Amino acid sequence: MAAPWASLRLVAPVWNGRIRGIHRLGGAVAPEGNQKKKRTILQFLTNYFYDVEALRDYLLQREMYKVHEKNRSYTWLEKQHGPYGAGAFFILKQGGAVKFRDKEWIRPDKYGHFSQEFWNFCEVPVEAVDASDCDINYEGLDNLLRLKELQSLSLQRCSHVDDWCLSRLYPLADSLQELSLAGCPRVSERGLACLHHLQNLRRLDISDLPAVSNPGLTQILVEEMLPNCEVVGVDWAEGLKSGPEEQPQDTASPVPA
Amino acid sequence: MIRRVLPHGMGRGLLTRRPGTRRGGFSLDWDGKVSEIKKKIKSILPGRSCDLLQDTSHLPPEHSDVVIVGGGVLGLSVAYWLKKLESRRGAIRVLVVERDHTYSQASTGLSVGGICQQFSLPENIQLSLFSASFLRNINEYLAVVDAPPLDLRFNPSGYLLLASEKDAAAMESDVKVQRQEGAKVSLMSPDQLRNKFPWINTEGVALASYGMEDEGWFDPWCLLQGLRRKVQSLGVLFCQGEVTRFVSSSQRMLTTDDKAVVLKRIHEVHVKMDRSLEYQPVECAIVINAAGAWSAQIAALAGIGEGPPGTLQGTKLPVEPRKRYVYVWHCPQGPGLETPLVADTSGAYFRREGLGSNYLGGRSPTEQEEPDPANLEVDHDFFQDKVWPHLALRVPAFETLKVQSAWAGYYDYNTFDQNGVVGPHPLVVNMYFATGFSGHGLQQAPGVGRAVAEMVLKGRFQTIDLSPFLFTRFYLGEKIQENNII
Repeated sequence: MAAPWASLRLVAPVWNGRIRGIHRLGGAVAPEGNQKKKRTILQFLTNYFYDVEALRDYLLQREMYKVHEKNRSYTWLEKQHGPYGAGAFFILKQGGAVKFRDKEWIRPDKYGHFSQEFWNFCEVPVEAVDASDCDINYEGLDNLLRLKELQSLSLQRCSHVDDWCLSRLYPLADSLQELSLAGCPRVSERGLACLHHLQNLRRLDISDLPAVSNPGLTQILVEEMLPNCEVVGVDWAEGLKSGPEEQPQDTASPVPA
Repeated sequence: MIRRVLPHGMGRGLLTRRPGTRRGGFSLDWDGKVSEIKKKIKSILPGRSCDLLQDTSHLPPEHSDVVIVGGGVLGLSVAYWLKKLESRRGAIRVLVVERDHTYSQASTGLSVGGICQQFSLPENIQLSLFSASFLRNINEYLAVVDAPPLDLRFNPSGYLLLASEKDAAAMESDVKVQRQEGAKVSLMSPDQLRNKFPWINTEGVALASYGMEDEGWFDPWCLLQGLRRKVQSLGVLFCQGEVTRFVSSSQRMLTTDDKAVVLKRIHEVHVKMDRSLEYQPVECAIVINAAGAWSAQIAALAGIGEGPPGTLQGTKLPVEPRKRYVYVWHCPQGPGLETPLVADTSGAYFRREGLGSNYLGGRSPTEQEEPDPANLEVDHDFFQDKVWPHLALRVPAFETLKVQSAWAGYYDYNTFDQNGVVGPHPLVVNMYFATGFSGHGLQQAPGVGRAVAEMVLKGRFQTIDLSPFLFTRFYLGEKIQENNII
């Protein structure tokens, strides 16, 4: 799209239809300022026109609706094929991989198709789930929590998994032994605090969590909270700088009123 | 032109003034003049109020469909839901009047920020459950185009309520009601408690209830700013001023039993500007009283409570400000990351704050110890004498703690039964209340806002039935007692 012409059309109404003003502005828009100009033009339009704002709002709501659609609860499937079948189908549909006990990993291929033979053995409990890069959110965990004998769960780089989701994992406390949260952008130390219910956890991966404010200190506190668990991912010396002149990254100060 | 003409005049030798001078000195503020002229031209354009003679941009509009008195979390929640549930876009004009735009004394900002579903009344549980789902999906409800998503800093660590022998039976029945409504609460015996939280001293504890999901604490400022931002983008008008007068009209009517009753309707709200005598009469259709700790004053302005005691006219709004202290302390060997918000049998409560062994907590004083609510000064002796002993008994590690800071805030305390007042007044027909929540207003704000908006727009409660919370219960004497007030 040629930026000067686009800006001519878009800016016209604001200048009260004065054509002279448009031509003047059209000449002033430089092509290299295109990207930044495009963003501010869109913002400018959104601030001036209800229609543009409503359209952008609608597009935003549609994005969120798509995620909700993906995370529907498969209650009918659960009635038909049992909890393990429904849970496995949910994970495979999202793009993750499932491993039933004593069977091989079932993964969808790059087109999203997966083998349907797992319906035959859906009384076998699901042992491991690899939901990396999936769009699972709080509602989608309904399907996951049906898998009562899950031993290993990987939620790496799931962009919709946040602290609320972690507070929901406690029903899997009896069986879950391995959990990986590496790279989840919305998980913070507040969500990690509710992992203390998972007393059978043996391996927890909390590397690369951008929302955690103090990774080294968090790692120490999580290790204290789960004494039998191997917490992986953060070097505890991270944040402690060498040299006497630099202060170590210290405790969070008390929150003022 | 003037300068060329003048030398002729001055040449005559008359005593004339130089151009651009006035008695007392004058400097031509050209930029200021230009911006003033621009402002006047803009005010003539359609869509703006015409302020040619005086500048009225700081005043509220002259007409508004709904005036919400109080811009805290409850007032903004009502404004949000009014805009969300209106039948078409821009159908009603809403004005929020807030006396203090810094929110220095508002209960919202000074709150501990907890949310829990462990109440004894089903309505309170439903309100908290809805509020939890609102907070969970806050970036869908309060999404504004081009604005960054809100980070509520929610800690899902739950609430742990401890009960002594005599309260254990009540706690069990409460937990049953909570589970029926859908809250995920588990009961624990003292042994289980010691297993899970080894830092607790279970002496005197017979039973404990622990909220597993949807409970915890969050940042109330973030919620307030998020609501404010969204509500402004939806077109709600804000005004900084104080409500000083209601102009109303009365009508004498007969009830079905042929008894005379005087119904009042508020027509105008006088909003006085800060530090000035200037006021603006705002014509309105509906007034919502969400003034928090000062709701009783607003109700008195509308004439609620003026009448012989014992009658409906003489029933005042029993909401008064009560001061509560919150103390922040540091304890290096204190409970770990998994600590919930613990509420002791004595009423003392505490929770973790941040990663660095800081805790905050307090205790509600008894009726005799109530501090004077005239100001927000903190009484540090209260911590020494009344809070610390209970904390140290319950958590032995707290015997060595160091208080870092403290603050005080108001509860909009309902002296009748410590539950909120929601809905219209029976005699002042267009005043709706959303106040009196006695310390749990923040956690119920989304639900209450929706209920009041439904009442205003549709005439009845649709999603959560809050009819037990109407004003008429004060006259009829029907107390709905809530046992689990912290």
